[in-house]
Amino acid sequence: MSKQDRQALDRTGVFQLAGEAQGSALVLSQALSFWGGVDAETGDIIDHSHPALGGNVAGRILVMASGRGSSSSSSVLAEAIRRGTAPAGIILERPDPILAVGAIVAEFLYDISMPLVVCDTSGIVSGDRIAIGINEDAQAMVSLT
Amino acid sequence: MTLELSAGDQSMLGGEQGPAAAAAMKILIAFSKAVGAAKLLDIAGAHIDGCLYHGKAGLDFVERLVEGGGRVLVPTTLNVGSFDLIHPGMVKMPAAQEAPARRLMTAHLELGCQATFTCAPYQTRFRPGFGEQIAWGESNAIVFANSVIGARTNRYGDFIDLCCAMTGRAPAWGLHLSENRRGQVLFELTDPDLEPSDALFVGVGLIIGQASGDRIPVISGLPRPRDEDQLKALGAAAATTGAVALFHAVDITPEANTLEEAFHGMVPEETIRITRADLDDALARLSSVPDGAPLAAVSLGTPHFSHEEWMRLLPLLREVAPGRGIPIYVNTGRATLTRLQDEGALAGMEAFGLIPVADTCTYVTTILERLDGVVMTNSGKWAHYAPGNIGVSVAFGDMADCIRSAAAGHVVRGTR
Repeated sequence: MSKQDRQALDRTGVFQLAGEAQGSALVLSQALSFWGGVDAETGDIIDHSHPALGGNVAGRILVMASGRGSSSSSSVLAEAIRRGTAPAGIILERPDPILAVGAIVAEFLYDISMPLVVCDTSGIVSGDRIAIGINEDAQAMVSLT
Repeated sequence: MTLELSAGDQSMLGGEQGPAAAAAMKILIAFSKAVGAAKLLDIAGAHIDGCLYHGKAGLDFVERLVEGGGRVLVPTTLNVGSFDLIHPGMVKMPAAQEAPARRLMTAHLELGCQATFTCAPYQTRFRPGFGEQIAWGESNAIVFANSVIGARTNRYGDFIDLCCAMTGRAPAWGLHLSENRRGQVLFELTDPDLEPSDALFVGVGLIIGQASGDRIPVISGLPRPRDEDQLKALGAAAATTGAVALFHAVDITPEANTLEEAFHGMVPEETIRITRADLDDALARLSSVPDGAPLAAVSLGTPHFSHEEWMRLLPLLREVAPGRGIPIYVNTGRATLTRLQDEGALAGMEAFGLIPVADTCTYVTTILERLDGVVMTNSGKWAHYAPGNIGVSVAFGDMADCIRSAAAGHVVRGTR
């Protein structure tokens, strides 16, 4: 892809939790519940009904339309952030209260800021190198590197 | 939508009430923005589902609030923990797991929460009133408070229930607001001969939970319940098979005096008929063993038994007098247990196999002596979760069937 094409995919978004991160995109076609869906010890995707079963979220930029499922997902995300098995950042199409709580609690407890961004996710495919940054208006900047 | 904060909210966020309150307000604000609330509202009470140990982050959070001088600002009850603190030794757990699990329960008390450790806070002296704004965790408690009492809460959970308690505030959204409490899908029971058995209410709960999705169910044709414990069983089942936080039962629950009131004068989005066959089918799916299967134990009291439920159980135990030593576990709140002991109601009951369990529940922790056999229960919720949680086989039946089965040593149902 040319530099120009890559820049065309840059976009701004709204932070649910602000931070900077870089990593390889993991784009999920279906929303993933962290509770019952992610093993906080390893980052493995363990939901047997999910198409990404067997994948791993650790260090990736997780991209999906929305969160899903039980409020216990807050605890699982916070625990995964504590253990270093969480995604480097999460990009959603729609804000998610449960993932937001998990990310904010983890930042409060462990000073680890896993950015949680709401923005258009079209055009991002798994394996893209993604950088999440903060612009001067405190908006999220999502770019392909 | 922008979130409008009061002067009090801003002062708390700025740390004027200490670092713990500031952290709770920061988390609450982020949550409120995510759900699209326009402002926060005052709450009259909270119920915290945070005492089951799921990992270090949960305990670290509560410890940090304790260190920051945190105190809950409203009357706050606690859901079950991993331990029966009243009956030491009943829960079997390795010491390395026991210490943090116990600490999680006591740390909540240091924040000023009440030592209720019950999933039925609505049957304690902390029961909320009609129309009161509250922030509750625990699915069965949420659905009871909204539906049977007419108090107002959303489904709060992990961390955020405690943040509401610490700030006395909740986001003004969802079921806190009148316009969002309107029924959307109608379930019709048309068989005029349906009797108000305990199993009927469980069966209706299972079906509306499964079929409602995120819509608010309205039930018409439900026989008048004997007591609120039957509605408690219905709600617990509905919150097990689905995400039901509020149901209306026409001419029974307080926001549904008429069908029109339940739907706020609008038309149901969908109407689903519930037949006797549907009910039989839903209940049959709760049992993984046939009648006649040898019984290892009975488990009652999910949700926690009320005093009224005990008053139905104890005469039954005396009448049937099970003498095979099959344990009959009954989960209940510690306040209910104390009352029964003060009344002398439990004297001699251990001879029938009765084992009261307080503060916790037989499906969330290691209490049962034998996990290799069949356990019989009158709870749709227990029957649904216990096989996955603790690996038992389950037979569902009403309370009388459970006690008669304990006496017979195998599963018997429908004997009168």
